[in-house]
Amino acid sequence: MSDTHAQSVAFVRETQIPPSDPPSSQTGAVKWMHENLFSSWFYGLLTLLSLYVIYVVLAGFLPWLFNGVWQASSIRECREVLDGATGGCFAVLTERWNQLLFGIAYPQDSYWRPLLAFVLLFIAAAPVLFAMLPRQMLLFTAIYPFLAFWLIWGGTILWPLLALAGFIVGYVVFGRLVKQSFAYGFFGAIVAAMITWWIGGFIVPAIAPEQTLLSAVPSRDMGGFMLNMILGTVCVSLSLPIGIVLALGRQSSMPIIKWICVVYIEFIRGVPLITLLFVASVVLAYFFPPGSNLDLVLRVIIMITMFSSAYIAEVIRGGLAALPRGQYEAADSLGLDYPQAMRLIVLPQALKISIPGIVNVAVGLFKDTTLVSVISMFDLVGAIRGPILAATEWNGVYWELWLFAALLFFIVCYGISQYSQWLERQLATDHR
Amino acid sequence: MNEVLAKTANVDMNVSDEEAIRIEKMNKWYGSFHVLRDIDLTVNRGERIVIAGPSGSGKSTLIRCINALEEHQKGRIEVDGTVLSSDVKNIDKIRSEVGMVFQHFNLFPHLTILENCTLAPIWVRKTPKKEAEETAMHFLEKVKIPDQALKYPGQLSGGQQQRVAIARSLCMRPRIMLFDEPTSALDPEMIKEVLDTMVELAEEGMTMLCVTHEMGFARQVANRVIFMDEGQIVEQNEPEEFFNNPQNPRTQLFLSQILGH
Repeated sequence: MSDTHAQSVAFVRETQIPPSDPPSSQTGAVKWMHENLFSSWFYGLLTLLSLYVIYVVLAGFLPWLFNGVWQASSIRECREVLDGATGGCFAVLTERWNQLLFGIAYPQDSYWRPLLAFVLLFIAAAPVLFAMLPRQMLLFTAIYPFLAFWLIWGGTILWPLLALAGFIVGYVVFGRLVKQSFAYGFFGAIVAAMITWWIGGFIVPAIAPEQTLLSAVPSRDMGGFMLNMILGTVCVSLSLPIGIVLALGRQSSMPIIKWICVVYIEFIRGVPLITLLFVASVVLAYFFPPGSNLDLVLRVIIMITMFSSAYIAEVIRGGLAALPRGQYEAADSLGLDYPQAMRLIVLPQALKISIPGIVNVAVGLFKDTTLVSVISMFDLVGAIRGPILAATEWNGVYWELWLFAALLFFIVCYGISQYSQWLERQLATDHR
Repeated sequence: MNEVLAKTANVDMNVSDEEAIRIEKMNKWYGSFHVLRDIDLTVNRGERIVIAGPSGSGKSTLIRCINALEEHQKGRIEVDGTVLSSDVKNIDKIRSEVGMVFQHFNLFPHLTILENCTLAPIWVRKTPKKEAEETAMHFLEKVKIPDQALKYPGQLSGGQQQRVAIARSLCMRPRIMLFDEPTSALDPEMIKEVLDTMVELAEEGMTMLCVTHEMGFARQVANRVIFMDEGQIVEQNEPEEFFNNPQNPRTQLFLSQILGH
């Protein structure tokens, strides 16, 4: 066939006909619309109906959003500016911006402190969330809780330093004793840390200077979205390790440990969080010796952490149960001891399985921090419900405020959700 | 399969008098079910033992008792001079000396092949990472998959995974290897590559206890074949005698069923 040319036969096409486009009803937007929107008269009707609903909603919402008033000192002024037209009164957000973010009582000249703590939070969380970052950054993560406490609460730096010292002493003792046995190291570390704090408790008040670099802010002055962020971050980061320990304890072959964990988890799960918060705000004081006044924020943190750690424990137990028995046996047969088998083999896999559940609990917990408004703390919801809506200037501005609160929470929760999905993709090694 | 195994016919009998495992009057119950009854078994260093028997006869349980994956309730097990007790230190010591290969491989899916092999040497033996990796590569070459070192177990075929599992055990430099039906979960064409690896190991004089239904392997490699039924050792003999001249009627029945087709 290779010697067939135009010269030797009557007609041979030597160039290819350019491919013609498929009929326009089969490509692009037309095809897509035909397939997805108007594939039958019924779907066509639904499409038109949906378009109408979308139009109605947007026709109401968009003018409200874009026609909004951002500069006014009260709702009456808003109405005067709008003069009967549709529009949101967003002036409440600009005017009460600081109260929404920091609460009503946080000293104005110190707003930079929680802001700085917030920015540093990202640096501290980064090496924990992203394994590819240099491990040395974890050192800052370890210091961060104490630094953030000092920044937000102010006062003498000696208290956070004492807390840090207790952990360091505990860590050193653990390192010394763990060679004999894990239990020795663990309980030795706890005792050593307790002793450090107990002794420090006498020394710090004696040597603390009157004048401190950062003025002290009492816990009752914490508020706004800052309080939600504090409670959310602290409680999530505490309840994860506690939940892991509880889940492992529930699997333990030692009856006492197993029993304690089961009772704890079942009890806490059976009680509404709001009850625990009331216990924290009112009843808990009876359990402590007279005169000792445990900080309210600390009490709330303890209660929320207890609550969510029970849930996280159950989520992780699900992950542990999903691991094939063979994984435990393989770890055992190689001679790994219990802490090694858990840390290197079991938990990495069980936690990976549990990620959706853990994120579920974490997101729920973050939103549940708004419940503290019920025990008269002025977090974001408390601040809106209390001082802002109760003020005569802004009484009646519901939509703008609640949408703003919803937006703030949505941003954080959606961020957590997106991160967890990214993490799941990163860790998917088993069936590639 | 036979031409593969034929080359092992000349495996020399480098069995020493030194005892590797000694089991005396060992009994085990699952609840009230008596799984193992009065097991007496002595394995010398360098011996290669194949344990056969119908399913539910307790053969897997027997070798799982040797590295304390299962607890025995009565009797005495001595491995490499260490008596198995409930002392955790003791158990961990024995486990690090005894390698185990499972029916379902049990590789760690979240670690690469190389990490699977270096994990135990690094954490149990405290071997420096670099040295552990060299050892791991050595054994991965031995089982003929060094080029897969950086992949994850999920990316490998069943036969390859089982060979990695063998390499992982070898990295701990065990003195005894236990095989719990290592080829039962494999496709026929993959059985060969795993058996090849095991034959090579046998040629080097490794002490091996192997629960398997591969009678060709037993015939060629084993010094001794043990037949178990209903939790007892019914018969044990050299493979030649065992297969050609079984004494016990239960052994005869089993062999006629398994070799009949």
